[in-house]
Amino acid sequence: MKLLSRKAMCNSHGQDSSYFLGWQEYEKNPYDEVKNPKGIIQMGLAENQLSFDLLESWLAKNPDAAGFKRDGQSIFRELALFQDYHGLPAFKKALVDFMSEIRGNKVTFDPSNIVLTAGATSANESLVFCLAEPGEAFLLPTPYYPGFDRDLKWRTGVQIVPIQCTSSNGFQITEKALEEAYQLAQKRNLKVKGVLVTNPSNPLGTTMSLNELNLLVNFISSKNIHLISDEIYSGTVFSSPGFISIMEILKERKLDDTEVWRRVHIVYSLSKDLGLPGFRVGAIYSNDDMVVAAATKMSSFGLVSSQTQYLLSAMLSDKKFTKNYISENQKRLKQRQKRLVSGLEKAGISCLKSNAGLFCWVDMRHLLSSNTFEAEMELWKKVIYDVKLNISPGSSCRCTEPGWFRVCFANMSEETLKLSMQRLKVFVDSTTKTNHSRRKSLTKWVFWLSFHDCEIVNGER
Amino acid sequence: MESMLRKQKEMLSKIASGNGHGENSPYFDGWKAYETDPYHPTKNPNGVIQMGLAENQLCFDLVQQWLLNNPEASICTAEGVNDFRNIAIFQDYHGLPEFRNAVAKFMGKVRGNRVKYDPDRIVMSGGATGAHETVAFCLADPGEAFLVPTPYYPGFDRDLRWRTGVQLVPVECYSSNNFEITREAMEAAYQKAQEDNITIKGLLLTNPSNPLGTYLHRETLRSLVNFINEKNIHLVCDEIYAATVFSGQRDFISISEIIEEDTACNRNLIHLVYSLSKDMGFPGFRVGIIYSYNDTVVSCARRMSSFGLVSSQTQHLIASMLSDDEFVDGFLMESAKRLAKRHRAFTCGLSQVGIGCLKSNAGLFLWMDLHHLLKEQTYEAEMKLWKVIIDEVKLNVSPGSSFHCPNPGWFRVCFANMDKETMEVALSRIRSFMRKNKEPKLPVKKLCWTKSLRLSTSFKRLDDIISSPCMSPQSPLVRART
Repeated sequence: MKLLSRKAMCNSHGQDSSYFLGWQEYEKNPYDEVKNPKGIIQMGLAENQLSFDLLESWLAKNPDAAGFKRDGQSIFRELALFQDYHGLPAFKKALVDFMSEIRGNKVTFDPSNIVLTAGATSANESLVFCLAEPGEAFLLPTPYYPGFDRDLKWRTGVQIVPIQCTSSNGFQITEKALEEAYQLAQKRNLKVKGVLVTNPSNPLGTTMSLNELNLLVNFISSKNIHLISDEIYSGTVFSSPGFISIMEILKERKLDDTEVWRRVHIVYSLSKDLGLPGFRVGAIYSNDDMVVAAATKMSSFGLVSSQTQYLLSAMLSDKKFTKNYISENQKRLKQRQKRLVSGLEKAGISCLKSNAGLFCWVDMRHLLSSNTFEAEMELWKKVIYDVKLNISPGSSCRCTEPGWFRVCFANMSEETLKLSMQRLKVFVDSTTKTNHSRRKSLTKWVFWLSFHDCEIVNGER
Repeated sequence: MESMLRKQKEMLSKIASGNGHGENSPYFDGWKAYETDPYHPTKNPNGVIQMGLAENQLCFDLVQQWLLNNPEASICTAEGVNDFRNIAIFQDYHGLPEFRNAVAKFMGKVRGNRVKYDPDRIVMSGGATGAHETVAFCLADPGEAFLVPTPYYPGFDRDLRWRTGVQLVPVECYSSNNFEITREAMEAAYQKAQEDNITIKGLLLTNPSNPLGTYLHRETLRSLVNFINEKNIHLVCDEIYAATVFSGQRDFISISEIIEEDTACNRNLIHLVYSLSKDMGFPGFRVGIIYSYNDTVVSCARRMSSFGLVSSQTQHLIASMLSDDEFVDGFLMESAKRLAKRHRAFTCGLSQVGIGCLKSNAGLFLWMDLHHLLKEQTYEAEMKLWKVIIDEVKLNVSPGSSFHCPNPGWFRVCFANMDKETMEVALSRIRSFMRKNKEPKLPVKKLCWTKSLRLSTSFKRLDDIISSPCMSPQSPLVRART
């Protein structure tokens, strides 16, 4: 008799994927300005390290929240005992208000419809447990966050069917792509229970357009399925066109209180907007009271620590603080993204025009030896081992086109970012120099073309 | 309306729309009664006293003092804020090394340093609740089963079964022999499962037991280890109450000690579940631990811990606190003393009105015997009596049936989640109730502490109980060894 479960023995945890291998390489040889200046710079981790000073100064001004106190009295005991899966009421109220504020107060959220979970990781898994049976499926637009393969499928037994998005239209979701995905699922005998989108998108760094959002509402309406909108990056939108939440669309289309409205669920977290991934603060928001009830019970498996709930309820209730934080954080992200984009440009590399997120979706197709994923892996290995940058290959995000990479910009100092761009430029220059010397025998126009479109030189390497 | 509800249910999974969460059990009904009418000494003196919640509230003063003396343990105070950003960023599912080291050391201390724990085998989880679910996901496929001795913690029905699809097969333990686990009962349950085509993957023990408050002898543990080795099934030991052993009792023996002694045991079958919710009284902090001697399980459980990591803010605090040897040694000793004292006061108070409990030496509760008050030895009668206790006596206690107890009439009564005054109020209510119901249905066994050699050395402060008319002949229940 086999000793362990199938789940324990398989690799649906997805951690053999390249996304995680890059992390491993980084851990073996991490960059440090002083101790290891030649180490690998971590650009594969979507963390927001730009605004800690704002949080720290709030803490300095609010010693009570910091020290388990309320009005000078210790509430340690109360917090230590508080394990109610309904969550700290003050925290839920502060959290929904914060979510509202991020959406320019165009929508409001009801604290009794929010469920607290140990990070968005747990939120996504629990939501899938609530909405689908093992063997059923969710449609996800590609490219998508590699962690979804674990979070949505591993222990739930649910499948993911990709909605193929391409660079031809900036990777936007089209009606055609939605239908094709649905048909593909049917062909595979998979019952589709819903669509899951990340808005703003990881790894694209773009907000969903009005058109896409309306398409989604129409689609889930006609197919009678759910929509999960993972809005974990909603507070990182730093430039136009601005963020439109799915809830706004529903409101505008006067779909409040309809069946469709009850099939739309939002996932949120403070890991990206506030830069607090260690605190494990996630949330599910649903208009369906049965989903809220079931998800609340499931949250027993991953509640948010009461001391963390208390600290954050105090912080997020401080409206002066949140207003300033949201705008200052966005400013800094915008500035930092600009630096990355211009650094890439100097190296002759472009990226998808983005207005959100902690990363850019970088186009390195012209650096591929061939338009294949093998070539992408080859390039990725060079970038890790020779350029010493850990970036995430598009294949790990299930991108259908080779040559795209996600490069993070908010998890390091400005100097480190500058250094990473310098290293990249050196690499690209040396690569093109190599191309140049190899192609001395070719006519000039072929050489020029090879620099801009690697498909033609396929046969040459 | 009904069809709307049906439609709504159809949009959800069976897990979400069904009753697998187990919250329709009477265990939770009592909580609801308490919540609508909670006792308060001044604002609601006639409210329901909560005795259904196994919390340890006796030593917060010690922790609070430690916090005052150690402001740097919080990453939010001026003294600790230098660590804020590094901790806030830290989401590595291996956990902070200092956290794992501190927890491993603590677990060793709780066992009198008779065993050492390896910090690299410490895996975090969302409380013991998350730990149990994760272990079930690692060890069993849907439809497979775990053996669990009755009576057992009602939460297991949800934790081990709800989302995993795993089953629980009870191993019946009876009051006639103090609910001890027998080899015969184990074999019988195993055989029946085979006949029903259910694959048994493991045995789940809670030691010290919830709800019994007793812990297993060395011989029993050895016998169970032999059993699981013979059948090649796992042994999951929930030792969440390990540090609630009352002071003066014989040493609690952990499964870790047994496998140190037993070199023939297949260590790949042994797993521990732990938490700080009961021993330290920190259920709100969600510190659950899986400790497995099986490398593959450690690795798999660690990956699954992403679904329930301990907040890094909390890891930091706990690491600081549990690394303070002086504090920990003092805390463990004082906590054991206070639990012993509270337990004594309560059991004596009960015995004065003819109510006996299973003799116990650990836990945050008593296993109270009221079967002599039942009109008939049935669960219906137990439920009727329970309703009376909630509605008239105004105490929320937990009926044995919610723990799958095979003998009706037993109730779990928690005593460590209230102050001394509230305990007195609870006892006086019980006294009044018993006086009103002077006609017991069955002969009452007058139960009290024995003066057995073992116990007398432990109760140095006999002044607590000497005044009570307690010195009565030994009863089989009290005399029984645990």
